[in-house]
Amino acid sequence: MPMSLSDRPDVPDPSRRGVLRACGAFVALAVARPARADANELQAAIAAYTGRHEVKPGRVTIDVARLVDNGNAVPITVRVDSPMTAADHVRAIALFNERNPERDVARFALSERSGRAVVSTRIRLATSQQLVAIATMSDGSLWSGAIDVIVTLAACIEGEG
Amino acid sequence: MRRVVAALALGVFASGVLASGVLASGSAQAQKDPRRSGFDDMSPATQAMQQDDTQNPAMLFVADGENLWKRPAGSDAKTCASCHGDARTGMRGVAARYPAFDASLARPVTLGERLNLCRVRQQKAQGWRAESPDLLALEAYVALQSRGQAITSPDDTRLAPFRARGEQRYRQRIGQLDLACGQCHDEHAGKRLGGSAIPQGHPTGYPIYRLEWQALGSLQRRLRGCYAGVRADAPPYGAIELVELELYLASRAAGMPVESPAVRP
Amino acid sequence: MARTLITVPQDAKRGDVVEIRVLMAHPMETGYRVGSDGKRVPRNILRRFTCRLDGEVVFAAELFPAVSANPYLAFPLRAERSGTLSFAWEGDGGFAQTETAALNVA
Repeated sequence: MPMSLSDRPDVPDPSRRGVLRACGAFVALAVARPARADANELQAAIAAYTGRHEVKPGRVTIDVARLVDNGNAVPITVRVDSPMTAADHVRAIALFNERNPERDVARFALSERSGRAVVSTRIRLATSQQLVAIATMSDGSLWSGAIDVIVTLAACIEGEG
Repeated sequence: MRRVVAALALGVFASGVLASGVLASGSAQAQKDPRRSGFDDMSPATQAMQQDDTQNPAMLFVADGENLWKRPAGSDAKTCASCHGDARTGMRGVAARYPAFDASLARPVTLGERLNLCRVRQQKAQGWRAESPDLLALEAYVALQSRGQAITSPDDTRLAPFRARGEQRYRQRIGQLDLACGQCHDEHAGKRLGGSAIPQGHPTGYPIYRLEWQALGSLQRRLRGCYAGVRADAPPYGAIELVELELYLASRAAGMPVESPAVRP
Repeated sequence: MARTLITVPQDAKRGDVVEIRVLMAHPMETGYRVGSDGKRVPRNILRRFTCRLDGEVVFAAELFPAVSANPYLAFPLRAERSGTLSFAWEGDGGFAQTETAALNVA
């Protein structure tokens, strides 16, 4: 099956197109926290990626230290609960951030040949913020997971000459 | 006077991939060693980055170092291997003994300085500038050959005055913040400064892949960073003050296992 | 040619899901950093990574400046048959590099 990383996940079944519904998780967090420009930008970036399609919170877990050693290289693993069969697998995982200069972090394309839906990498985090991962399934459904990470600057700032 | 070192279990420090064997130093009075490597202050994810050679970014540069070990240089086109053979045997335990005394310079030299001296004197090639990628890569490759070995500062009386000055410098308040190394790294080690854990500052893993630098770097670079951190003028690369400090730190860490090339925040 | 470190398990049995790891030496210059001359250092990052088994894409990644320097990726593959894995990186400034490794499946 040809694989591509498209900006917008395909939704083959027109009956799944529906009213744009923000992820429940984000709505809840927007209520719990003061509204910030960054949080809105994050929602906008996710909406641009997912199009008008419903994103359900769940099945996606982001594994990352809650307090990072250094924001330059934060090990992160995204896992999606999926049997990874030809009929039912994860096609794509997109990772977004809230407060870096750009919202995108990375996008991954998997297939039923992957066997498991788990990807690891190291990312840069400019400051404490929320991370969101969106998984696109083979049936076009979209799932999300989110996590908050605390990032501090190094205690001794070096001004190297 | 020979220092008595406590026996140490190696478990935490052994790499899963390149296990170098268990380290044990004999001791007359076995006591719990209060010393901790910076490794112990890191989160599990960062520890995993160091312990797994398939994940450790420093291993990219170790591979470069291995190439450099075999690359001809200088007027006679000699390689390091020409004199020293296979680094895995020829360099075993070497990094653990540095800084060491160089008779012709009549002073201690760091491992990086020694590599450069060999390159200039023996290979008759141009020396590398401090912190150059090639020098760091070769240093990382050579230091790897001491992984798991005890840091063993040579019991060489010629080193004594330099070591004493290094210790003096360690205890000397410096900079606008008027801090001495020991105030953070002895008195407040284990606590946090901002969000960062304060390590005891043992040079167990150099050259390190430091996440803050996003690169490999030497102990000199780290020490100069500390000078900047307390708002003091850092001595230039190659300054004898830095070598003396390194020498003292090696003695202070005597018996602790080499972890090079380590990952640090 | 950038230095790479590729790890493909050599003891896979048919049906095992193995983890492939790749590391590449690359600064992943974000384009947001200001150099010592006060000017922005231009962006220079790896943008795409593609893993193929005997020519068929089995994993791909699109990378942005938020990916750390000396980028590390670990991804799964169900071992079904032996073959040749190819790893292709593309980046700014026309950067392109491909490495290969054997996948041996018992």
